[in-house]
This record gives sequence, structure tokens and C-alpha cells, in this order.
Amino acid sequence: MSNAPVDKGRRRFLTVATGVVGGAGAVGVAVPFIASWNPSAKAKNAGAPVEVNIAKAEPGQMIRVKWRGKPVWVVRRSPEMLDGLKSHEDRLRDPNSEEPQQPSYASNEYRAIKKEFFVAVGICTHLGCSPSYLPQEMGEHVEGVEAGFFCPCHGSSYDIAGRVFQGVPAPLNLVVPPHYYVDDNTILVGEDKGQA
Amino acid sequence: MANKFVEWIDARIPMTKTWNIHLAEYPAPKNFNFWYLFGVLAMLVLVNQILTGVWLTMNYVPSAEGAFASVEYIMRDVEYGWLLRYMHSTGASAFFVVVYLHMFRGMLYGSYQKPRELLWLFGMFIFLVLMAEAFMGYLLPWGQMSYWGAQVIISLFGAIPVIGDDLTLWIRGDYVISGATLNRFFALHVIALPLVLVILVFLHIIALHEVGSNNPDGVPIKKPKGSVPDEEKPKFKFHERFTKKYDIVDAIPFYPYYIVKDLIGIGIFLFLFCYVIFFMPEMGGFFLEPPNFEPANPLKTPEHIAPVWYFTPFYAILRAVPDKLFGVILMFASIVLLALLPWLDRGRVRSIRYRSVLHKLNLAVFSVSFLILGYLGTQPATPTATLFAQIFTFLYFAFFVLLFFYSKREKTKPVPERVTS
Amino acid sequence: MKKLLIALATLIPSLVFAAGPTVPLDEAEVDLHDKASLQRGAQLFMNYCLGCHSLEYARYNRMFEDLGIPEEVGQKNLQFTGEKPGDLITINMSPDKAGAWFGNPPPDLTNVARVRGPDWIYTYLRAFYRDDSRPFGVNNTVFPNVGMPHVLQELQGLPEKTYEERRIDGEMQKVYVGLKTDGKGRLTESEYDQAMLDLTSFLVYMGEPMKLEQRRMGWFVFGFLLVFTILAWLLKREFWKDLK
Repeated sequence: MSNAPVDKGRRRFLTVATGVVGGAGAVGVAVPFIASWNPSAKAKNAGAPVEVNIAKAEPGQMIRVKWRGKPVWVVRRSPEMLDGLKSHEDRLRDPNSEEPQQPSYASNEYRAIKKEFFVAVGICTHLGCSPSYLPQEMGEHVEGVEAGFFCPCHGSSYDIAGRVFQGVPAPLNLVVPPHYYVDDNTILVGEDKGQA
Repeated sequence: MANKFVEWIDARIPMTKTWNIHLAEYPAPKNFNFWYLFGVLAMLVLVNQILTGVWLTMNYVPSAEGAFASVEYIMRDVEYGWLLRYMHSTGASAFFVVVYLHMFRGMLYGSYQKPRELLWLFGMFIFLVLMAEAFMGYLLPWGQMSYWGAQVIISLFGAIPVIGDDLTLWIRGDYVISGATLNRFFALHVIALPLVLVILVFLHIIALHEVGSNNPDGVPIKKPKGSVPDEEKPKFKFHERFTKKYDIVDAIPFYPYYIVKDLIGIGIFLFLFCYVIFFMPEMGGFFLEPPNFEPANPLKTPEHIAPVWYFTPFYAILRAVPDKLFGVILMFASIVLLALLPWLDRGRVRSIRYRSVLHKLNLAVFSVSFLILGYLGTQPATPTATLFAQIFTFLYFAFFVLLFFYSKREKTKPVPERVTS
Repeated sequence: MKKLLIALATLIPSLVFAAGPTVPLDEAEVDLHDKASLQRGAQLFMNYCLGCHSLEYARYNRMFEDLGIPEEVGQKNLQFTGEKPGDLITINMSPDKAGAWFGNPPPDLTNVARVRGPDWIYTYLRAFYRDDSRPFGVNNTVFPNVGMPHVLQELQGLPEKTYEERRIDGEMQKVYVGLKTDGKGRLTESEYDQAMLDLTSFLVYMGEPMKLEQRRMGWFVFGFLLVFTILAWLLKREFWKDLK
């Protein structure tokens, strides 16, 4: 098409260099476009940690709060409920909470900081419905288990520590959100202790 | 592998052919100067406007209650929202800067003359749509200037006899500018007009590549077939579409030669563009007017309203006339006459280089008048300012009238056979 | 032509003046890097202005972060109405009632520095004077008949317009020479000026909280463009060798 260029190597080098720098520029321009899809200051502040007052919670009572637009449950478990946890471990998918569905401080047999209070995100790990809390009637769905959570969408069942039963569609235990005790009567949901 | 893929595509759509016709084998006159940069820059700014515009839409709320706050939300709460907004607001002004320079280039080198009349007309339509686009976009932030600027411009239509009042009512969709006006302007600004704009730009380029580019000498690079000896033909291969009927001289392929040259121009343009975005986004009140940082208040007009700078020459013409209807007519005439240039200029010589002193003077006076009118349009209408606006409005129109008469028998310099280096 | 030029020359100042304010403005030397000044300005705003004027497009925690104020400190010292740190800086006054009290509802001030400019704010804040004919007993030389009391009187005291006898064209005339405070404020004149500069700086920050980040990015972009343009220039030169 044209005369042979004087210096092919130089030409190729400059073409590649300009292309690379121009490409880097295009990537740089893309940054604000991509970053603007992140949650805005408004969304982040609306999703700020939520305080839950547990002073008046009776045994067996559930308090529902909204955190990042999702339901978060705080259940005050009665001694009977806690005692029942051991009885059905052989029927659970992940009885020892080995999957990282909870912060390390809730990675124990009660899946809680204080065993009395169970904090969980009330979203079924199957397809995102919110299960019902059944303090007494769980036996209808899982034989011999009194209290637990049952998801009406596709029939997934969890025990009162949010551990999923075998033979249901949900693959994982309920998520325990980061939380800590501000004082004896207040739980802050959405933040680990010492993190600000 | 890559070759196979290209073959596969080419068997289905004319990809390589299009690339060759419009870029790699498109004969561009070898003597383009920097004036020929502004077309490419206009394309660049168009892409910028469309991208940032789409992204702004993601957080903008088109309602009288929510619009102003949503713009501040973009500026403060959305990550890099301020950057997207400044890119868009600066881009709007940059668009007019490059388009005005692009149009002036056309006037300098007679690019509107036969056979490029339609090319010029498409360009003028682009300019018109661009003005509508900018006007409607300026209402969207719902600041004081948005509101009262739109109020004034829409009222212009009230000057039309008989139907004027009903027409303004219909445009606003309310007795004053309201949420209804905002929503229809939003729809037109983000969907309808950009669509029209892109189609017109497409036609503009098709028309350009059909007749071929003009150049600073105004001398055709297409010579009658067989009239050019082989040793004078350029050493490049051009697409047979161009060489079938003509012998092409003094041309180089647009790609890579003008592409790499344009890259430098783009770099320099981006320096200026980014300087505004990052260091003075208001451009001293010309790109973003201070009263527009106050939400629209239908009960209180700002002390001094002026349109954004790109409308001010036409606004000055409007204000120069003491009669409302005649003022509006004159303002529209000032644009229509530009569109009629191909027929008003009856000369045969295109480039300013070979035209008469009279023409050079005439074009100079026209350009200066345009700039001064632009300045006057930003200023309050004092009696002296109005007097000057009248003088320069007269000179603006005199350009077209004089051109029409002298161009027929203009004393021009001899035009060279071939473009000068 | 000459006449035209002369007329033009005389026209320009008159045009510029027509658009400008009627009182010469003092220059506010705002330094957005001076966080201490911005913090003092924020404190003044929250204590004296926020009663009536909101900053309703800005959030407390963004302000704390930008001004280098720890969140707990900010919440304790700058937030008086029990909002969450992530809330917008709004006020509870209803615009209708406020309109009845002041004539117009007090405007939101988030963008006031962009509307009026720093010099205007700086001068305005120092331009209240005693005027018993006004409902609040004060007027303002920058904003005549402003519908606002002199909220900072406890800091500045109450200035009065002062005049001097001067001989003009052979006659003694009273000439307005400026405002002089009665000295009953807590601050001296220069302290008050500094405080008002702090407040002005804070409002300038409020108008464009991204300003410093924006400039930083700007230099970075310039650096990139320089490299790109030089490379493009070398590339063009290399390719255009073909045409020689």
C-alpha cells in the first residue's frame, strides 16, 4: 500500500505504546462509570448498623429489625429450646457450622455470642424468601422438633439455631450477621466489635 | 485464525469493505490544517455526552419535586457522580465550541458550496437539534436559571400571531413551567433528540464521504478520469469506489495518517476539556451559572437572566429588536440564512485564500459581530448595550446580503490547479 | 470606526458594573487545606446558623470525614438534634412558619457559596449595622433590607454606620466612611473577621466538598494526557515520514 517504512521496529513500538497508553486511559475513564454503581452515601447510611433493644424480650419472643433493607431476627431462646438443639444434630446438613455462614465469634454450637439470644438474617439460603418463625409448631414439618424456622416458599426447614435440615432445598444454614453487645440490653447489628 | 474470523464476518456483513471505504482507503486531501480537527472532536464530545448522559439518568429524578435534590445527590452521594456531571455539563459547552469552529471552517474554505450543499444542510440540522437538546437539558437541573431561561425561551413562541398563547401553553403543558414541562423535556432530551442527532450525524458523514472532503485550498482532488499521468498519482491505494470515475490526486488515506494526526489534536483538546472539568467547572459562570445552584422558584426571578453562552449571539439579536414578533423572526432568520449559504454565495471560488479582499473583510466583520453579539447577550440590556446589539445585528445580516451581491462578480485570485503542499 | 471603538471602550466598564454588586466586596482568602479553620467554621455554623438554615444536601458524617473530625467528637459537639451521623443536615423549622416570621423562609445554604461567591458571604457577614426602622433592628449594607436578625451580635457587637465631616467642593459634608462596632461583642474586630473567614471557608467547602479530590485527580489526568499526547505526536511523525 505504501513505501516500506523507514524503521518498522520503531513504528511498531510507537503504535503499541500509544495503544497501551490509550487503552489505560480508556480503563481510567471507565472507573467513574463503574464506581458510580456502588452503593451511594445514601444507601450506605441507610444500611448503617442498627441497635436492637433486648431488655424487654420474653423467652421465646422474636424481635424483627431491618438492616440493609433485610429482616434481621433476634430470638430470645428459652432453656427448653436450647436443650432441644442437641437432639436432632444427625438430621442437619451442617450441624457444626463449618460453612462460613457466621462470624467466628458465633461459630459455636448455639451459633450466638450469648446462647440465649440468636441473631440471624431472616432470609432463606435457598432463593431468598423470609422463613416463618415457629416457636412451637415446628413438629408439623420436622418430626420431634418443637421450635424452628420454616420457609413457606419451598419448604426449607431450620432449627432454632438457624441450622438447615437435610432433605430440603436450602443448601446452607441461615446467615448470622456481624453484631455485638453494646451493653447487656443492646445489640448492635451490622458491625463487629471494635470496628468503626 | 483471525483471518478466518474476518472472512466469516465479511461473508455476512461488509465489515472490511466499510473500513476500507471510510478509513483505510478513503482519500483525504493531504493539506488539511488544524481547522479540520473539529469534526472529529465533535464526534468525541458526542460520545462523551451520550455515555455520561446515560449514566446521569441512572440517578436523576425527573420531577419538579426531586430534580434539584437528585442533581445534588449525584454531586455528593454518588461515587464519582460529580465527575460524570461535570463531564456532561462541560461537554455541552465544548460541543458548541467545536461545532462553532467546525462551522466557521466551512465558511472559511467554502465547504458549503456545490456539491456539498446537502452536507452543509445536514450540518445545520445537527446544529438546530443540538440547540434544542442543550436547551431542554438545561431545564433538567431545575435551578433558577433552568427555570427562568426556559420560561423566556418558551415565551418566544408566544410571539407567533393568533396561535402564540395556545402554543406556549401546549409546549409547557401547564400555565407555568412545571413538572409536566420537565418530564416532556426529559423524555426528548434523553431519548428522542439524541436519536435524531445520531441519525443526522450518520447522514452527515455519508454525505461527506459521497462527495469527498473539501480542503483549505478549495481545489478538488478528483480529476477527470485519465487526465492525470501515472507518476503524479499518489502512491496509495484508494478504494475503487473513488477511483472508478476519477483520478485522485494529492490525497492520503484517512487511516492511518489523519487518525494519528487527530490523536494529537484530541490530546490537546482533552487538556483544555479536563482543565475545565477539574479546575473550573463553572468556567467563571459561563458553563454553569451561579443562580442555577439555587432551586427553581416560580415566584422569584433572578436579578439578571442570561442564557448559557452558546445561545447569547442569537439572544442578543432577539433583544436588539424592539418588537417581539420581529425579534423572534430575526433570531430564526439569523440561523436560516446560515443554512442558505450554499445558495447565497454565488461565487465559484471556495477558499478564502483566493477570494477578494471584500469577502475577507466581510467574513471578518461577520465573525467579530457574532462574537460581540455573544458578549452582549450575556450582559444586561442597558440602552447602550441595545444600541450596540442593533449595530452588530445589522452587520451580521449585512454579511449575507453583501455576499449575495458581490459573489456573482467577485474579483478573485487565480486558483491553483492542484492543492498547495 | 474610531468613534465606535471609543464608545465600545466606555461601554465595557458600565456593562460590567451593571452586573456587579453595589457595595465593593472584601476578598475572602479561603484555604480549603486549612482544616482547623474549616472546623471552626463548622462549629460556628452549627451553633449560630443551623437554627434557621439547613445544609440539606450534605451529610454529617461526610463533613466529619472531610474536615478530619472523629465521628464521636463530631456527634457530641456538632450534632444537636439527635440525628444519625449519616443523616442530611436538615432543620425542623417548617418553611411556612418561617416565611411568616422572616418574610421569606431562610434559604438552604448548602450551595450558597456557589450562588453568591465567597467574597459576598465574607462581606455580608461583616456588614450588619444598626437600623431601628427594620423589624429586627438591623440592616445590611451588602443585602439591603435583609429579613434576618444579626445572629452573631454576641460575637461582634452591634456596628453602626459612621460618618466623617469632609470638605467637598468647598462645603463641609457628612461622608459615610464605614461601619464601627459598639465593642460589646465577645470578639475583637480582627477575631471576628477571622471567625467570619472560617465560616465562609466552611460554606465554600460545603458548596463543593469534592474540590480537593477533584484538583488532585486533575493533576493526575494532566500527567496522563501529557504522556499520551507526546506518544501520539511521535507516532504521527513516524507515520507521516511516508509522505515525504
